[in-house]
Amino acid sequence: MALRLATRRFAAPLVLRRGMATTIEHTKGEPLSTVSEMTSGTSTPEPASKSTPIKDPSPSQQAKMKTFQIYRWNPDEPTAKPKMQKYSLDLNKTGPMMLDALIRIKNEVDPTLTFRRSCREGICGSCAMNIDGVNTLACLCRIPTEPGKESRIYPLPHTYVVKDLVPDLTQFYKQYKSIKPYLQRDTPPPDGRENRQTKTDRAKLDGLYECILCACCSTSCPSYWWNSEEYLGPAVLLQSYRWIADSRDEKTAQRKDALNNSMSLYRCHTILNCSRTCPKGLNPALAIAEIKKGLAFSG
Amino acid sequence: MLAQRAMQQSLRRLAVQHPALRLSTPAAIATGIYHQKRFAAATTISEATEHDKILARQRLNRPVAPHLAIYNAQITWYLSGLNRITGCTLSGAFYIFGSLYLIAPYIGLHMESAAIAASFGAWPLILKIATKAFFAFPFTFHCLNGLRHLSWDTTHLISNQKVIQTGWTVVALSVFSAIGLTLLV
Repeated sequence: MALRLATRRFAAPLVLRRGMATTIEHTKGEPLSTVSEMTSGTSTPEPASKSTPIKDPSPSQQAKMKTFQIYRWNPDEPTAKPKMQKYSLDLNKTGPMMLDALIRIKNEVDPTLTFRRSCREGICGSCAMNIDGVNTLACLCRIPTEPGKESRIYPLPHTYVVKDLVPDLTQFYKQYKSIKPYLQRDTPPPDGRENRQTKTDRAKLDGLYECILCACCSTSCPSYWWNSEEYLGPAVLLQSYRWIADSRDEKTAQRKDALNNSMSLYRCHTILNCSRTCPKGLNPALAIAEIKKGLAFSG
Repeated sequence: MLAQRAMQQSLRRLAVQHPALRLSTPAAIATGIYHQKRFAAATTISEATEHDKILARQRLNRPVAPHLAIYNAQITWYLSGLNRITGCTLSGAFYIFGSLYLIAPYIGLHMESAAIAASFGAWPLILKIATKAFFAFPFTFHCLNGLRHLSWDTTHLISNQKVIQTGWTVVALSVFSAIGLTLLV
C-alpha cells in the first residue's frame, strides 16, 4: 500500500493526464471486456419453420393477412436458443406502422412479446429495432403491404438481448456519458444572463441537435459490432461533434484530445451504414468526417 | 465486502490528507458537525464496479443479437468490405511475390522477368485471362474506391444520395477498366 501511495504521488496530476473518451480501463481481467470478448459471436436463432405460426384470433371478412417473423428469447429459459416466431395479422384491423402491429400482437395475440415503446411518433427512440434487415424506429416504419412478403424483426444487431426485442444499451449510455454531453464553460456570460451565439454559429448545430440517441446508427456499424468496447460509434461521435461545434463551449481542445487515439474515433472506416439507416435523416458520417478533419488540421 | 472496501478507501484517503485536515475529523465529530461526503463518494465507486460485475454475469447468459447475417445488403457496407478484401488481395500478393523474389536465388527459383514472361506465355489462354482478371479488378476497384474515401475525408460527397451514386459509378468504372486491362494489356 505504501508503494501504491508513493507512485500515486508521483503520477501526473489528473488535469495533465490525457483523457481517453472510452468507458473502459485497459486492464487485463476487467470483467466487462473479458466477457464481451468471450461472447462476441452470435447465436443464430432457430428458423421460424421450427415453431408453430400464431394466427390472428379475429380476422375480418376480407382479411388482408401479413406474416411477421419476430426474434424471441426469454431470459427465464437461458439455455433455450433464441427463435424466430411467426405471427400473422389481418392488416385491415392493424394500424399502418410496424409498432402498431407489434402492439396489436402484444394486446390480442401473444402478451409475452416484449419490446420497448413510448412516444409512437419518432421522438423518444425507444422502439429502435432491425426491421427487414435495416435498423429503424418501429413507429416510423410502414408495414410493407406487398402480398406474400414476410417481415422479419430482430433486436438491434450485435447487442446483448435482455428479452425478445429489448437490447441492453448500458454500454451505449456509458459511452455517451464519457464524452461529457453538456456545455463546459469557465467564463460567465458578459451580461450575466445568457451565453449568446450568432445565428451562423447556431446554424452549425442544425442536423446535430436533432439526434434522439436511438442507437440505430451505432448498431448498424460493422466497426462498432466488432469494437463496441472501445470505439464510440456514430451516435456518440455525432453527439461529441455537437459539443465540439458549439461556439459557446470552451473545452473544445480537451474534447478533441480525448478522441485523438486509435480507438475512440479512428475505428470509423467510413462504411457509412450510419447515415444510411438514421431514422431521423441525420448524417453521423459527416459529423465524424468533420471531427477527423478538425483533428487533422488543428496541428 | 463492500463496506470493507469502502472503509479501506476512506482510510487510504485519510492517510494522504494534509496533516491539518487530519485533526479536523475528530474536531468535527466532537462538535457534532460532521458530514459523510467522502464516505459516500467511496461507496459509489464500489457500487459502479458491483454494477459492472452484475452486467458481466448477465452478459454470459444473454445471446448476442444477429448482425452480419441479417443486415440488409446495402452498397455502403458491401463496397467497404470489398475495398478491404481487394486491398488485402493486392498487398498480400505484393508481399508474397516480393519475399519470393528475395529468396528465389537461394532456393533455386527462376524469377527473372524473362523467365516469368516465358512461363506465363506457355499457359493456356483461359488461365491467362483468369489470372489477369484476378489482379486487374482488385487493382482498379481499390484505386477508384480509394478516391471516394479520400473525398469523404475532406467531407465531400458524404450524403446518402451521393454515396450511392459514386458507389455504383465506381463499380461500373472498375469492372470496365478491369476488363480493359485483362483483354488489352
